[in-house]
Amino acid sequence: MKIIELSTSKRDLLILVVFSVIVLIAPLWGSLIGAGYPDLLQKFAIFGLFAVGYNILFGLTGYLSFGHAAFLGVGSYVAVWSFKLFTMNALPAIAFSIVFSGIFALAIGFLCLRRTGIYFSILTLAFAQMSYKLAYSVLTPITNGETGLFVLKDDPRVIDGALGIASAENPLASLFGITLNGYEGFYFCAVVLILGFWLSMKIFRSPFGMKLVAIKTNQTRMEYTGFNHRPYLLAAFVISGMYAGLAGALLAVVDPTAGAERMVWTASGEVVLMTILGGLGTMFGPLIGAATIKYMENIFSGINDTLLGTWFDFLPQALTDLLVTIVSPFVGSGWHLTLGLTFMMIMIFLPGGMVEGAQKIKAKFFNKNNTTEKLESEQLEKDGAA
Amino acid sequence: MSNDSKKLTELSRRGFLKSTAAAASVAAAPAMFVSNANAYVNAPKGKSVTLGFNVPQSGAYADEGADELRAYKLAVKHLNGEGDGGLMNTMKPMSLKGNGILGKKVEFATGDTQTKSDAARASAKRMIEKDNAVMISGGSSSGVAIAVQSLCQEAGVIFMAGLTHSNDTTGKDKRKHGFRHFFNTDMSGSALGPVLESEFGKERTAYHLTADYTWGWSQEGSIKNTTEGIGWQTAKAVRTPLGAGDFSQYITPVLNSGADVLVLNHYGKDMVNSLTQAVQFGLRDKNVNGKDFQIVVPLFSRLMAQGAGENIKGIYGTTNWNWSLKDAGSQAFVKSFGAEYGFPPSQAAHTCYVQTLLYANACELAGTFDPCAVIAALEGFKFDGMGNGPTEYRAEDHQCFKDVLVVQGNDNPSSQFDLLNVVQEVPRSQVEYSTTHLGGELGSCNNKA
Repeated sequence: MKIIELSTSKRDLLILVVFSVIVLIAPLWGSLIGAGYPDLLQKFAIFGLFAVGYNILFGLTGYLSFGHAAFLGVGSYVAVWSFKLFTMNALPAIAFSIVFSGIFALAIGFLCLRRTGIYFSILTLAFAQMSYKLAYSVLTPITNGETGLFVLKDDPRVIDGALGIASAENPLASLFGITLNGYEGFYFCAVVLILGFWLSMKIFRSPFGMKLVAIKTNQTRMEYTGFNHRPYLLAAFVISGMYAGLAGALLAVVDPTAGAERMVWTASGEVVLMTILGGLGTMFGPLIGAATIKYMENIFSGINDTLLGTWFDFLPQALTDLLVTIVSPFVGSGWHLTLGLTFMMIMIFLPGGMVEGAQKIKAKFFNKNNTTEKLESEQLEKDGAA
Repeated sequence: MSNDSKKLTELSRRGFLKSTAAAASVAAAPAMFVSNANAYVNAPKGKSVTLGFNVPQSGAYADEGADELRAYKLAVKHLNGEGDGGLMNTMKPMSLKGNGILGKKVEFATGDTQTKSDAARASAKRMIEKDNAVMISGGSSSGVAIAVQSLCQEAGVIFMAGLTHSNDTTGKDKRKHGFRHFFNTDMSGSALGPVLESEFGKERTAYHLTADYTWGWSQEGSIKNTTEGIGWQTAKAVRTPLGAGDFSQYITPVLNSGADVLVLNHYGKDMVNSLTQAVQFGLRDKNVNGKDFQIVVPLFSRLMAQGAGENIKGIYGTTNWNWSLKDAGSQAFVKSFGAEYGFPPSQAAHTCYVQTLLYANACELAGTFDPCAVIAALEGFKFDGMGNGPTEYRAEDHQCFKDVLVVQGNDNPSSQFDLLNVVQEVPRSQVEYSTTHLGGELGSCNNKA
């Protein structure tokens, strides 16, 4: 028995190490697919973290929240205000963001979790849209409305002032002297992502995680066994809200601005898409989904006819023109179309998301070692039954 | 047996730790290269130089964005010595040679701003970090333009603003690395004021519908200043969200407000929708306070006029440029744009085309792409033959000063593009303001050397 337990924790350690390596060498594999530049890598890490946190709620409990962008937005605004009022150091900003988005999630979760299913989704959507409208017009003194909040040279920054740190002309977030933009910013986000992933893994494996899965599986039965499900649900909601706030803070760290558009309902929908596209309830799925969507948004939208022409250059002219005509509606401003088609294909053929696709491929090629390479979901079920 | 397997896992774990450390150091290496290898950001190394064109390809300003992109492509063509040369035949003084910029072939990257600051900054960053763009140009929303302008300042590349009309772009939020050829809301106000006074008299009450972001606020303020200066009252100013689509709920209250002029501080599809709905509600047929009800659209463009159709007839506004102008520069541009795409260019296309040429010209003057030298070459640059008459890039705020056109919707259009009549070419002296009027600070140039 003891040996098996040891190997499980070792297995997790192995997963974490492999994951860390993959994340840390992202600039290398990123450059192979044309994504090897800091901004997109930062987005991979940040939205990956957002999706990992979201998955704790949606993946484990099955509660579909349509309002998580609100917490992301709160995180961003709080971080930028911390930059404006206190210091350009990233750590206080992140701490404030997590605390504030947690409180905000507690309030919204307390109200919304009184309902389940579609009613819960609609309630979260309504709260998120309210937050967006507040940020967009009513709270303009705090949020600077549509223009967005910027960090300026002559902001007070009392802590920096007390420490004698001069205000730069274009203030950038820093970590004790290291400026956090470009690759430094990416590595900062990557480390936070790895910590966030580790925490999420711990939650997946913990008794608390089991109870969340129990809520998803059969809430009534859980109540009959004497558990009050509401505190667990609320905790999951607040934790995922804090993850979202952390992601929002990181967005502000790598680029010290915040705008209301981060809170709009389509942004909430995006994280739902990321989670489902990658694989709902799996540990890696949301990360893969987030990277896929951000990749399409940034790379596909930048492909234009001229670039397509150079790709198909080796073909005869008429064929090149034909291919450019066929492909061009799917790239550039048509990247949404490609995303929609990809999403449709995956949902129809791989309802478990891209992770299911990977598992199917694995099962096909490594069928014989199936006993050691257990599917994550199976393991979860097994653990839950034990 | 179990001992062996344990050893194996331990070994592999150690191996993993080692490889992690190695991988981390390898991965950190590019970061060092990026920051120190060049004299300035994205110094072109090969035989080509990349410009980044960041325009809205979706959302309320997508029509303008599409036309801007056409203009950029045309400008790149002309810079590389292809096509008929367009404004390079009429621009003076000019240092361009038709062999690219500084002998390097011009290439370009494009991005979709989605009319959102976040998306615009992300696509601008992609062009700077991945495609090595030395200059970013684009716009259509002042909010986006300001966001991208401050990003370019941080990143150390030049921002040549496309269509952005808010005072703040070269006022409160101006930056050393940002340049604007387009005019602004204060200029619109100063130009429009006398025309409104002579057409509608001194005793009017205005009602504003305003797009709720920096440009809308700016234009509302400028027009209010002007109209209140000639004695008009302001009944109310209502803010509407950008891209609202349906404006009926905002237009109904106008009828009972006692106002006899409606000022629409909208642009793009918003303006098309709000004007169309205002006309459908019968506002223009009404008679309030013994006067005919009037609608004013302070910022006009032909693309919008096309969208609004019949409703645009007789309505006053201002514009940066119109294709019907008869000077040699305008004619040359219309001809070469028309030959390429089959229809005349919009003012958005014009300003973007001109900005690209001005940037290229400044690089030739400076003899380098180094942003600090290019900024110095652009500051105070005086030129002519680009369609707006004699124009100056004022050094103090990086704003172009030139004549402003007051236009009116054409009652009898001779073609589907002949939609605006130029009522007056208001001279530069009438719209110019002091260098300190709009506040803000340029800061200093940042080439990250």
